Amino acid sequence: MRGHLVEHRAGRLKVQQGDQIPELKVTPDRYLTVRYAGASGDFNPIHIDEDFAKQVGLPGRILHGLWTMAQVARAQTEAGGGPQSLRRLEVQFRGMGLPEHEITVTGTVHEVRDGVAVVHTVAEQDGKAIIRNAEAEIAL
Amino acid sequence: MPPVAVDTAAIGKQYPPVTYAVGREKIREYAFAVGETNPLHLDVEAARAAGYRDVVAPPMFASVYCSRAVGPAYFDPEVGIDFARLVHSGQEFRWGPLVVAGDEVSTALSIKDISERAGAGFYVFESVSTNQDGDVVCVGTWSNIVRGG
Repeated sequence: MRGHLVEHRAGRLKVQQGDQIPELKVTPDRYLTVRYAGASGDFNPIHIDEDFAKQVGLPGRILHGLWTMAQVARAQTEAGGGPQSLRRLEVQFRGMGLPEHEITVTGTVHEVRDGVAVVHTVAEQDGKAIIRNAEAEIAL
Repeated sequence: MPPVAVDTAAIGKQYPPVTYAVGREKIREYAFAVGETNPLHLDVEAARAAGYRDVVAPPMFASVYCSRAVGPAYFDPEVGIDFARLVHSGQEFRWGPLVVAGDEVSTALSIKDISERAGAGFYVFESVSTNQDGDVVCVGTWSNIVRGG
């Protein structure tokens, strides 16, 4: 994998500023928003009802922002070696994510301090950031 | 566009904590929905072998156990959000110990800030989630914009 610079060494991560975390690619399928609505309890019709979404001026059903944030989180925990590694994640939601379009999460280590890697990360779809200015803290 | 009428009186308002019982199958359902493949979230034996009592909730499962605690603020007339013009603009979570199936997580929500800039209303909520042992498992900052219209 290109940019595969975060390495596991005897259970610890060896990272330095400028390293990229492994890229995560995911394509939400046609019914993803329905499954996520059930899993999360967020049944806002803009996510699950195509007609309603169009009536309120959207191009169609849009992804739940917190689902997209979960993809950003997953990229960090996969880089960090598990769920216990993610200490903090802050994101800004921009634009709208759409089902059936591939999402790519990338991230770069901004600094390493006190056993924590601070990662600047972004989620893009069709060349546009749908999550931007995101910052994660991963315990090393 | 006319500006949003912003009332800041609700800043500091606190809502009664809401307790969420974390279920094993709910964690699995959530893990499948977000594409988690780590066996800690799916396989009880794998989770136990790693030293956890039961399957582990992915960090972003916070959005599930916080949900019923956060909801009332969005519909509180004292906060005054126009839901039709609401955009969830930003989110932060800071995590403590991992949540596992069988935990009871209590979430208290407060209104951290309400302000108006350039005709739009900015509403920031804070959630503090605590497990049955008194450990803070997650602090969430929920940022919302209500656009003028």
